[in-house]
Amino acid sequence: MADDSLTDIYGNRIGVACRCHSDLCREVTVSGPKLSLRSVLVYTCGVWLLAYAAFCCTENTAVLSCAIILTLVGLMVYIHFFKVDHESLLIIGSLGVQLSSSYASGRECTSFIEMSKIKDVVINEAVYMHRVIYYLCILIKDPADPHAVSSVLPLFQSSKPRLKCLIEVYKTCQEILAQS
Amino acid sequence: MVLKIFFPQCCTTADSGLLVGCWIPDQDSAVVLAVVHYPFIPGQVKRYLTEIRSQTDVDLTVLGSWSMPKEGQEGMDSFLKDLSTIFPHSRWLQLSREIGKRGEGSVRDENEKVIIVHYDQRKVMLSQLHPVQEGVSHSKMEQSALRAVFHTVAQSHPLFFIDKYDDGPLKLTHWQSEGREASIIAELVKQGSVPVCKLLTWMLSLWSWLGSIRLLNVPPVRFISSKLSTCVQLGYRTEHLQTVSSTRKATEHMEFMRKANIFVSFLLDMALGLLLIAWLYRENRIGKLASTLVPVADHVAKELRELLEWLMGAPAGLKMNRALDQVLGRFFIYHIHLWISYIHLMSPFIEMILWYVGLSACLGLTFALSVLSDMVALLTFHIYCFYVYGARLYCLKIYGLSSLWRLFRGKKWNVLRQRVDSCSYDMDQLFIGTLLFTILLFLLPTTALYYLVFTLLRLVVVLFQGLIHLAVDLLNSFPLFAMGLRVCRPYRLAEGVKFRVLCEEEGTPLHLMMEINPIKVSAVLQYYRTPTYSCYPRDSWMALCKKLFVGELIYPWKHKTTKTD
Repeated sequence: MADDSLTDIYGNRIGVACRCHSDLCREVTVSGPKLSLRSVLVYTCGVWLLAYAAFCCTENTAVLSCAIILTLVGLMVYIHFFKVDHESLLIIGSLGVQLSSSYASGRECTSFIEMSKIKDVVINEAVYMHRVIYYLCILIKDPADPHAVSSVLPLFQSSKPRLKCLIEVYKTCQEILAQS
Repeated sequence: MVLKIFFPQCCTTADSGLLVGCWIPDQDSAVVLAVVHYPFIPGQVKRYLTEIRSQTDVDLTVLGSWSMPKEGQEGMDSFLKDLSTIFPHSRWLQLSREIGKRGEGSVRDENEKVIIVHYDQRKVMLSQLHPVQEGVSHSKMEQSALRAVFHTVAQSHPLFFIDKYDDGPLKLTHWQSEGREASIIAELVKQGSVPVCKLLTWMLSLWSWLGSIRLLNVPPVRFISSKLSTCVQLGYRTEHLQTVSSTRKATEHMEFMRKANIFVSFLLDMALGLLLIAWLYRENRIGKLASTLVPVADHVAKELRELLEWLMGAPAGLKMNRALDQVLGRFFIYHIHLWISYIHLMSPFIEMILWYVGLSACLGLTFALSVLSDMVALLTFHIYCFYVYGARLYCLKIYGLSSLWRLFRGKKWNVLRQRVDSCSYDMDQLFIGTLLFTILLFLLPTTALYYLVFTLLRLVVVLFQGLIHLAVDLLNSFPLFAMGLRVCRPYRLAEGVKFRVLCEEEGTPLHLMMEINPIKVSAVLQYYRTPTYSCYPRDSWMALCKKLFVGELIYPWKHKTTKTD
């Protein structure tokens, strides 16, 4: 399932891929927009023009080297800690659900939730100012009381797909959860 | 129910034989721990398993058979199938490796779905899941499947002692079957550490006996030693050393990590202290330091005297009450004079004192920093005294003013009910009260200014001492060993697991690779930080400001000790 018309809540195009490894195991990957060359260029030029203007006023070359270092460090920090390339959900029947986000620098941040802790996977809606946002979330059981929900874990926080995509993912998850 | 089989990676190339492991019945899973090779005698296998079962509390059984097809062993499959009648079982697994394809197939008795999870046995055995649940194996609480797997592999230590070069009747394949790994240096250190620990324990008991003799426990001495941060640090380090030098081996993970962290931080402390000594005692730096100390004290005294003379004049254009100003100013100037005479009296001995005190840095950098903090406290004792005088005077004035203000309005503070009540005063009471109120009110600016100046000075000193204490606390409590383990051997501190799908084919069950997900660096600090007396502000900012306004004496840093007082 790789639909071209899928967008996130802000209107940017996202890519969704669903793989079926076996009838017990599905993997859904939602990839956000890549880092655009235009924004990098705009940012770099902006910072360097400002630095050059400061250099013209103060005649101190340290300003220029500071600007270069700042641009490089800022870019590295952004692609390592903030820019999410794709998020994936691997659901394995009777074992659990694995969530992973991978950043633009290649860093992967994974977490695994066992099936015994999962109560259900649902689509919730949140009202934020003037918009209603749908999000997919996992309901985690309370260890003391099996019928109560102790916490809600939202999925796809960085890519934020819209309802159409969420429904597909929801159906996939429910197929697997129904079996176990 | 889906059957989950946890299969060690080292056994995927093993020869045909029996699968030995443990069932986890609640979660319908099986953990394979080793493969016993053909030829074997079933009676001996059963005897060996009972022996291991008695040594650990793992319920080891024969799970099934493993077949790796080879040339000249065509009859193996039927032989292995017949084995299921010899060993008692509730379920029997039959795993076989198919050459030419990457995955493994499995032939099962019932039509059930199977997931095969491959794991790295050595890493899972050494790893520890966080949050650590000690002693949970003794309770019958429901454990999560992953915890049960980790626990089973970790507990099956004795099973991994037979390697393939042993002459015994059984041949096993597991992660250590190529031969046990050990390092000579580690073994020697372990053997040598026992007498060293005994000696250290004896010395520490002598030291604590010395510390507890009656003469040193007299209240004044105890009060002073609780205020001096060097004594506090000394007591604290003694406690640490007692933890490290106990000859009892650490059985639980947290205890082991605490011992290791304390040991490593102690070593680092000593190393930094020795570096400091090497730097300090070269080129006669101590002498230079001593010779600059007295001029610095003189300079500070001169600055203070100039400040007081400025206050005695018209500071910042404010007009002060002449008489009170002169009294307070002369009082403080006399104090400074006393202090400087004392410093000058001590000046011939300063170099010697500094030389011997500097040697205490060999006990560690934390000691050197504590000594520095104490020296700063002693040298700025006059500032502390001025602050106390100024604060007390101001505080009295504020209380007097508030009480007389109530009298002015015809009210009174009811001590019994802790509230303000109205009260009818006599004429002469009102008259004297109003007079005193006016006097105090007009003297307020002078006292307030002195109080402000000395409080600011005191806060500067307290800030400096606070920074030193923060550094000492950091050196004491930072878990270096745990951090090093997280960086170099991340699989040992596990937050959870990660799964990766290995190649999938039609007809074969699902194969997953289980890898260890290490804990975050911030979580290392949270779990393994050595509890210390952390210096944190006793009051919030609002409470501090209120205390300053009213004139109460502030002791901004609260020292929380680990023992309950």
